[in-house]
Amino acid sequence: MEQQFDTSKIGMWLFLATEVLLFGGLFVGFGLMQARYPQEFIEAHEHLQRPLGALNTVVLLISSFTMVMGVLSAQRGDKKKVVMFLVLTILCACIFLGVKYFEYSHKFEEGLLPPRWYHAQSTDTVRDAAGNVSHGYGTFFAFYFMMTGLHGIHILVGIFLLSWIAVRAHRGEFSKAYYTPVDLVGLYWHLVDLIWIYLFPLFYLIK
Amino acid sequence: MSNSEQTSEHLHPHAHAKHHHGSAALYVRTLVALLILTAITVGASYIDFGAGNVVIALFIATIKATIVALFFMHLRWDKPVNAVIACAGFLFLGIFLMFDFIDFGSRDGLRPVNWDGKLPIETVAPATSGAAPAAEKK
Repeated sequence: MEQQFDTSKIGMWLFLATEVLLFGGLFVGFGLMQARYPQEFIEAHEHLQRPLGALNTVVLLISSFTMVMGVLSAQRGDKKKVVMFLVLTILCACIFLGVKYFEYSHKFEEGLLPPRWYHAQSTDTVRDAAGNVSHGYGTFFAFYFMMTGLHGIHILVGIFLLSWIAVRAHRGEFSKAYYTPVDLVGLYWHLVDLIWIYLFPLFYLIK
Repeated sequence: MSNSEQTSEHLHPHAHAKHHHGSAALYVRTLVALLILTAITVGASYIDFGAGNVVIALFIATIKATIVALFFMHLRWDKPVNAVIACAGFLFLGIFLMFDFIDFGSRDGLRPVNWDGKLPIETVAPATSGAAPAAEKK
């Protein structure tokens, strides 16, 4: 039993390492494009709402806390608390997606989109002689939607996983001796939080 | 750790020895530390440190990520093999990043080879000051 638990955990960590590399590729791409279009990236990032990004960071950190409390409750065999903390975690995840929806719709309205659909903003300064704006602005939003979108999909998957183990916990399928699924979904959830910890400063904060 | 936890540790020494390391109090402290660091990084973003901006933001993010991994993800108490896997992921990401930027550094800012020193102009829609040129494109 003990060995099975350890083995599943190693498997989960291997998966998490591949997740780091998946997002890592995008981070490298973002870094290169930022180096190529420094001025455009600075101006584009001003269109993101820092308070909303900070709010979502706090929401995700709290969700990580409720998650780890869920795992702790599972370790202690406290079924009711496991379900309660998992539901709280799902709630935080929904708040996160709600804020994201609000941010996305604002960007769609403003035309802050990947190059092909980008609407020039009056504040855009990098233009050619004819007044056309540089590709760099849209490139910023291409990365923004790709990376926060992929992260959002991970949140969605997380909500399904959390619901699934909440139902199983409610049915009494876990005990002090067996709570591996709670632990592993917890690891996944913390990784989603960890990725956001890097996404937030990169998109919202760095000038 | 509270008394009740110590009692249960005596009752279930095996389960306890293997998995029970965290406590609610520790996790609360972890959360508070993470929130404080978030406040610091947001606050610092309103001050311009020039080239230091990126370094400060990523340094604080890395501290936060380490705290999450050590406490929330239990790496502090886990078998070392999990930490090795986690570090390997970041190590290879670091190698990837390093070689990309060495390459970037040798390319005169990713500009085309015939770059004339002016701005990289690959423009998109005509500038219409926030109006909606995409509708015209269709």
